[in-house]
Amino acid sequence: MKRVYAKEEVCIGCRLCEIYCIFQHSGHHTLVKAFLDQENLPEPAVRVEEDGAMSFALQCRHCDDAPCVAACIAGAMTRDPHTGAIKHDEERCVGCWSCVMVCPFGAIRMDNEKGKVGSKCDLCEGKGIPACVAHCPNEALIYE
Amino acid sequence: MPLTTVHPQFIIKRDMDLCIQCGVCTRQCSYDAQKIDPEDGRVSSDPRTCVGCQRCVTLCPTGALVVTERELHGRSHPNWSLQVQRAIHRQAESGGMLLTGMGTDKNYRIYWDNLVLNASQVTNPSIDPLREPMELRTFLGAKPERVEFDDEGNPVSQAGPLLTLDTPIMFSAMSYGSISFNACYSLARAAKNAGTYFNTGEGGLHRDLYEYADHAIVQVASGRFGVTPQYLDAAAAVEIKIGQGAKPGIGGHLPGEKVSAEISATRMIPEGSDAISPAPHHDIYSIEDLKQLIYALKEATNYSKPVSVKIAAVNYVVPIAVGAVRAGADIVAMDGTRGGSGATPTVIRDNVGIPIEFALAAVDSRLRQEGIRHQASLVVAGGFRNSADIAKAIALGADAVYIGTSALIALGCHMCQSCYTGKCTWGICTQDPYLTKRLNPEIGTRSLTNLLRAWSLEIKEMLGGMGMNSIDSLRGNREMLRGIGLTTEELEILEVAPVGR
Repeated sequence: MKRVYAKEEVCIGCRLCEIYCIFQHSGHHTLVKAFLDQENLPEPAVRVEEDGAMSFALQCRHCDDAPCVAACIAGAMTRDPHTGAIKHDEERCVGCWSCVMVCPFGAIRMDNEKGKVGSKCDLCEGKGIPACVAHCPNEALIYE
Repeated sequence: MPLTTVHPQFIIKRDMDLCIQCGVCTRQCSYDAQKIDPEDGRVSSDPRTCVGCQRCVTLCPTGALVVTERELHGRSHPNWSLQVQRAIHRQAESGGMLLTGMGTDKNYRIYWDNLVLNASQVTNPSIDPLREPMELRTFLGAKPERVEFDDEGNPVSQAGPLLTLDTPIMFSAMSYGSISFNACYSLARAAKNAGTYFNTGEGGLHRDLYEYADHAIVQVASGRFGVTPQYLDAAAAVEIKIGQGAKPGIGGHLPGEKVSAEISATRMIPEGSDAISPAPHHDIYSIEDLKQLIYALKEATNYSKPVSVKIAAVNYVVPIAVGAVRAGADIVAMDGTRGGSGATPTVIRDNVGIPIEFALAAVDSRLRQEGIRHQASLVVAGGFRNSADIAKAIALGADAVYIGTSALIALGCHMCQSCYTGKCTWGICTQDPYLTKRLNPEIGTRSLTNLLRAWSLEIKEMLGGMGMNSIDSLRGNREMLRGIGLTTEELEILEVAPVGR
């Protein structure tokens, strides 16, 4: 399946991937409007990890053995049989954080207010090239 | 801190209706002009340290930023312009020479804009380069005086070792040290893609670039940095650097803080030590001395590759260039006053040297008069902005051109002229690993290859218009040029007729 890969050597740590991820999942038509609506601002599903000159963008790896799917007690984490991507169903999520604990990449974030999984990369399902990849100014994210 | 009289040079305007406080500008600014206010976590700007590099403007996802040059406030004066006052204020504070980067920003006349090219009409019909083959192939080096044949009609004349270019455009000398590895890597790969050459400058050839050495012109300059038998053997040609258009008569100085482990290994100097290129070559005090070095290098490379001599265009460029040819140079490269630099004293950059147009015309004419034009190729450099400048230079007598600044602009440079600070926000003229990552060599190679392709297409179009199918028909063909708005004396030196004649 196609995944997003980070090229650490050219990631510039600008965090535009995070900004466009937020915009993509905000439901708004413009970036400015998405950020004006602070109350409903979604958490980015991609995070730039940074230490000095080293940086890279990390999101769900959609693992082949997906420990989060195995660990989910509510059946909220499932693998899409068609695309192979790991999907999260907020309706079913009970906020047990089992997925957070087993994720080997730390790619799942908690939303403590809602008591549910806050953000999880959905590869911008059905919307073509993921927003983070499309807007990376230095081609540090590739989708293949 | 006492009151500073140096006013900010730029104004940073932030449209608060568009700013989403994402902080991209603060992460991109290496000059601390865009910062996060620690008190409220909001972005704030400080124009005092802004250099106008446009990095924040380019990366801002909502287009909320504008950085513009600040106009002089106060009473205007033609002699005491903002720039003049600023320079005095800065020197009154620092007591030092003013440094700058890139080519001169003084408003010298660009003579290319006073020359127009010819085109065919009715007679000698023009050629459509999209339908017919068009030759840009260029050979650099010593050529035979005449082509001779044996009794069976086979040519017997031998040319010296030649460089073969698929387009008459090469990348100027820019050293690893003055620019980042990713910039050098992009230049090397683009040169290979386009069938042309890049120039190592005085920085040596990084071990990872030996793969591209067959497209490298390696420099031997006054500091002799990185010169080894392997370096000379691997290269396509060797260039003795005497001068540079942005700083004729001045040496080079790479500050110790830029001399990283990799640069130290490539230049063969201790890590962290200043790399100082003396102003003269201490073994060249005459044309005869130059001849010794030319032949030492030819001997060292077994006469297998051309040796170039690069000089800055100055008052006496003609006898110097002729001397270099007579001393055995296969290529003479001349860099005009608009040529660039990573660091140069502003006073030198803006006041020393002559425009390349005149140097080229005068040197080409004199070499023809002396009957030795075939002994060396002429490569010119110094502010070539587009394919028309290049076509005009070739018509004026150049064999090929070097482009430096335009190549850097293709890599992202926005001409902020702050190269010497080592904080280039575009990752070009810096060795800071946080900043060098910003130049993705994949993108850099693509951009440079595109630029060379685009310019080559345009040159072909211009050639076709003149009814030529080979760049050789244009070379030194000043009949294809006319001068507009030039004095009689200028036209005389350029040996170009005025428009209408």
